[in-house]
Amino acid sequence: MSEASLERGLTDLKAQIDAPVASFFSSCVHCGMCAEACLFYTETKDPVYTPIHKLEPMRRLWEQEYTLLGRLKKLLGVSKAVTDGELEEWRGLVYDSCSLCGRCTMVCPVGNDIAYMIRKMREGMSASGNAPEGLIGAATRAIQIGSPMGVKLPALQAQVRHAEKELGFEIPFDLEGAEYMVLMSSMEIMNYPEYLSAIAKIFKQAGKIWTLSSEAFEATNTGIQIGSSDIARELVSRIVNAADKLKVSTVISPECGHAYTAIRWDGPNLMGRPFGFKVRHILEVLDEFREQGLLKTEGFENAKMTFHDPCQIVRRGGVIEQPRRLLNMVAKNFVEMEDAGKMNWCCGAGGGVSANEEADELRIKAFNRKKAQLDELNVDTLVTACANCRIQLEDGLEINDMDIPVVGLTEMLAEHLVETNKTEG
Amino acid sequence: MNSMDFLLWVRGPGLAIASIIFVFGMTLRMFEIFMLGRKKNLAELRSSGVKEGFRTIITRSGGVDTYTTKRTMFTHISGWVFHLGMFTAIFLLAPHIELFKSFLGFGWPALPTAIVDLATVIALITLLAILFHRLTSPVMRFLSVGQDYVVWALTFLPLLTGYMTYHHLFFPYTWLLGIHILSICVLLVVFPFTKLTHAVTVFTSRWYNGYMAGQKGVKQ
Repeated sequence: MSEASLERGLTDLKAQIDAPVASFFSSCVHCGMCAEACLFYTETKDPVYTPIHKLEPMRRLWEQEYTLLGRLKKLLGVSKAVTDGELEEWRGLVYDSCSLCGRCTMVCPVGNDIAYMIRKMREGMSASGNAPEGLIGAATRAIQIGSPMGVKLPALQAQVRHAEKELGFEIPFDLEGAEYMVLMSSMEIMNYPEYLSAIAKIFKQAGKIWTLSSEAFEATNTGIQIGSSDIARELVSRIVNAADKLKVSTVISPECGHAYTAIRWDGPNLMGRPFGFKVRHILEVLDEFREQGLLKTEGFENAKMTFHDPCQIVRRGGVIEQPRRLLNMVAKNFVEMEDAGKMNWCCGAGGGVSANEEADELRIKAFNRKKAQLDELNVDTLVTACANCRIQLEDGLEINDMDIPVVGLTEMLAEHLVETNKTEG
Repeated sequence: MNSMDFLLWVRGPGLAIASIIFVFGMTLRMFEIFMLGRKKNLAELRSSGVKEGFRTIITRSGGVDTYTTKRTMFTHISGWVFHLGMFTAIFLLAPHIELFKSFLGFGWPALPTAIVDLATVIALITLLAILFHRLTSPVMRFLSVGQDYVVWALTFLPLLTGYMTYHHLFFPYTWLLGIHILSICVLLVVFPFTKLTHAVTVFTSRWYNGYMAGQKGVKQ
């Protein structure tokens, strides 16, 4: 990558502007509705967090470069050029106070996909050297070490050995010709190793051949969060190369939101070609198993529980019904939050917010929206399907003295598996 | 220039020039948007997105979730009332239909004048409420730039002068009608170069929004 500069930032940002962006900017009537859809506004009441305002430098660049009137104004010297100082000032708006959750995209009456534009705006921010330190660090570790949290292969191998001991059977590594290649997020390797055991148990019961790859086990993609297609492409290519090498037919994205967006939706576009394998979220795969009768559970959770929808899996990913069907297999008392599903509120830490220390205070404030949703329900357990959401939820609940355990859906299902393979194992 | 000369000029050359600028300007703006193109989505799609794109053009006219809809109720209602009132005034008043007929060669049934008159008053009152909201809501005040107020005034004036013309208020009829047509000429001229373009791009934006979400399997 070349050195960051304003010139590079503006060139990259200009290259991001396409017909939808031009249509969106041409449509905004400054009605302010997007503010009410954004938890960074609703929880602070500061108008500066109005989603469309976060794009103001990009809007001016579009006007000055791609409209006749804007070009005339620029020629006459009456328009304000986008400066480095301005982009620096906007860092807090483009990164700290946006989790790319896309609620604004769903409510905008003229149909502007604001989250789509913020993702693009970040390309200009990172190329001009205006990304937050925390994300730059995470991106550097991802490229150099292979994980944004600095998790290396030996750490995963240690978790695998640990899980094997507990399970009493082997977890496959680099198995050529396996049907599924399972990806993990660093957070799962370090904080939630139970996910790995759960997968192993479920796949064994289903009789499916799967594998981990020693060359590509990390699913998270800091390039997507910081807004650098170069970094995102490099990280995706590692997964694609490993999947091609192992000749798997499906790559499984873990319980992580943006990892799914990165590999499922952005991946082929970053690589410039369709993949030779399918990409599925773990919840999609589990729901397929359920449908095929390969996921057999017994017993029910009696606790009152609700499901927190991870934005990138649900609103931006289209995996909406699967978690509900799966939950109903094992939960007797499952209740929905208001506006659950595609309009559920973000946890407040997605889109790189959790990796960005500058956003810490705001991230905790933003959690108050989830707190309000939970206060209405009075549940015993909170279920989700994203390790990043889970950390934030645990953090927020702890800070607010709320005693609600947070559970990953995959591991909850694994706990209820009918152990038919006991003797064969 | 006396009032008749003025009226003859605005309804003749004036309106013609304004209409040409409007059509040329809007064509240019559409060209500016679509020449930017967009990359083909290479991901494995859940649907073509086309159906969802068209669906969103309709569904986005209403609220999506209870929380946000409740908190933006004024914007929803005032938006609907103002637009309906304005469309009634523009397209369902007999003299307006006559004008369209002279351009297009065909017309359509008009509403009784009293109803159009009422719709105009409602649109005017709603526009005043919208302005008040823009000035008092912290978010809207923060977002608003000069153009928002200019466009508000340029939308308000044709409705107001139309109302005054119909009721022969304060000024001689010829002057009033001339000023009414002039206010429309001004609106037509600025239309392609301001946020008024949303009248057209609202369709393309909603379509893109629903199309991209639909490809991922997110329904509106």
